[in-house]
Amino acid sequence: MREGYVADWAAAVLAGVVGLLAIGLLFLVSAVLAPRRPSAEKGIPYESGIRPAPYTWSQLHVRYYLFAILFLVFDVEAVFLFPWVLVFAKSGAIVFYEMLVFIVVLLFGVVYAWRKGVLQWR
Amino acid sequence: MTVREALLLAGQLLGLLTALVVVVLSLIWLERKALARFQNRMGPMRVGFHGLLQPVADALKLLVKEDLVPTWADRALFWSAPLMVFVPSFVVWVTIPLAKEVVIRNLEMGLFYIVAFSILPVVGLVLAGWSSANKYAMLGSLRSAAQLVSYEIPIVMAVIALVMVPESLNLVTIVEGQRTVPYAALQPLGLALFLLAGVAEVGRTPFDIYFAESEVVGGPFVEYSGAHWSVFFLVEYINTFVVGVLVALLFLGGWTFPLVPEAAWLGFLWVVAKTYLVVLVMFWLRGTLPRLRVDQLMSFGWQLLVPLSFANIVITGFYKFYRWPGWTLTLMSLALLLLAGWLVYRRQTRPAAATAEEMLARARAYRRREA
Repeated sequence: MREGYVADWAAAVLAGVVGLLAIGLLFLVSAVLAPRRPSAEKGIPYESGIRPAPYTWSQLHVRYYLFAILFLVFDVEAVFLFPWVLVFAKSGAIVFYEMLVFIVVLLFGVVYAWRKGVLQWR
Repeated sequence: MTVREALLLAGQLLGLLTALVVVVLSLIWLERKALARFQNRMGPMRVGFHGLLQPVADALKLLVKEDLVPTWADRALFWSAPLMVFVPSFVVWVTIPLAKEVVIRNLEMGLFYIVAFSILPVVGLVLAGWSSANKYAMLGSLRSAAQLVSYEIPIVMAVIALVMVPESLNLVTIVEGQRTVPYAALQPLGLALFLLAGVAEVGRTPFDIYFAESEVVGGPFVEYSGAHWSVFFLVEYINTFVVGVLVALLFLGGWTFPLVPEAAWLGFLWVVAKTYLVVLVMFWLRGTLPRLRVDQLMSFGWQLLVPLSFANIVITGFYKFYRWPGWTLTLMSLALLLLAGWLVYRRQTRPAAATAEEMLARARAYRRREA
């Protein structure tokens, strides 16, 4: 393990903590300074000026579901690609062409989804 | 890691946070002024010299505004959603260098770390939309999930194709590799992909579909006010700046191009100037282009940018593996970019009747399937 490895990632974690604390402080200051007069009318969800219909959390058509699945496929591919790009120029031709085949196979997935009409937002 | 080191690091992070807040205030002022000039207006003029203190006044106003939580909201999630969008956009700054020495930690996997964190805000947006118990917020957050997830792929693939050239994920190494030729000249296609997908990731006009005022009246942020809303606003500008600084470092040569400065502070000024230039281009886009429709957004991402980003990887792979001269990559990249431009142009200039016909056919097919 490289020297300073732990310190590097500790910095990332500490940045997260500092960010959380800073925003917490902002909320705290706002809670002290801002007025606080809740009323029934203010608590109603905004629906273009008419009384809101209930059941916001009723069943929804989750359209991004298929996009999320496609995204998952390509994100996993990216995880494979990142180590590959660092070594492929020094490796043999098989390493290079194997990854090209992999990319083409996944592109075929996009073409399939395209032909199926999944990529249209309805 | 000793206590002293940790304290030093915390001090650096606080300095970074302060700098970011100042940058955001300057960006807000710059955007309002730039948009105003594009529309032949003056923009803010009253508070301070040419309205310079206007963003400060706005920030103070937000701080002392009542922070409402809707009655039906899921209070814990509603309260914490801004944190979930803020923290990822802040932690990436640990490894973004503004000059060769001006970086908190020069991580070996810096670019991978940035890309990994760049997708996390979508969780915060979906939670914000869901916990608000508002239908507009819900619709907006569903849109944001689809949009951010779709445009993450072109951005990751553009980064991968770029990393192929210097064969390193370390941002300082990548910038130092551009002493003679910036990667924008090698990969004009990569620059276009990164910038377009970056604008979409930040959700700026023309890609501001998930919080479009005239459609979903603010999207996931409808019910937010006061300090909680200001965090979303802050994050939008921090992310804009992240996209700008990444374009400056990855494609425009950072502090090494066109000349390598002797002093570190000159390099720092180079990076900042380039970043503001890129950000100004993003403001210019906002001042020029109308918002896309949601189906146009998805087809632009999946049917144009995703195939192009893969083609970008393939041509860069051939260039690198067979050690072709640099101009071949430039030519191939430009050819693909022109092809993409031609495809968009053809779609744009198609007779309106053809588009209407196609949409009608699609609607009929949909109704048949429903029946």
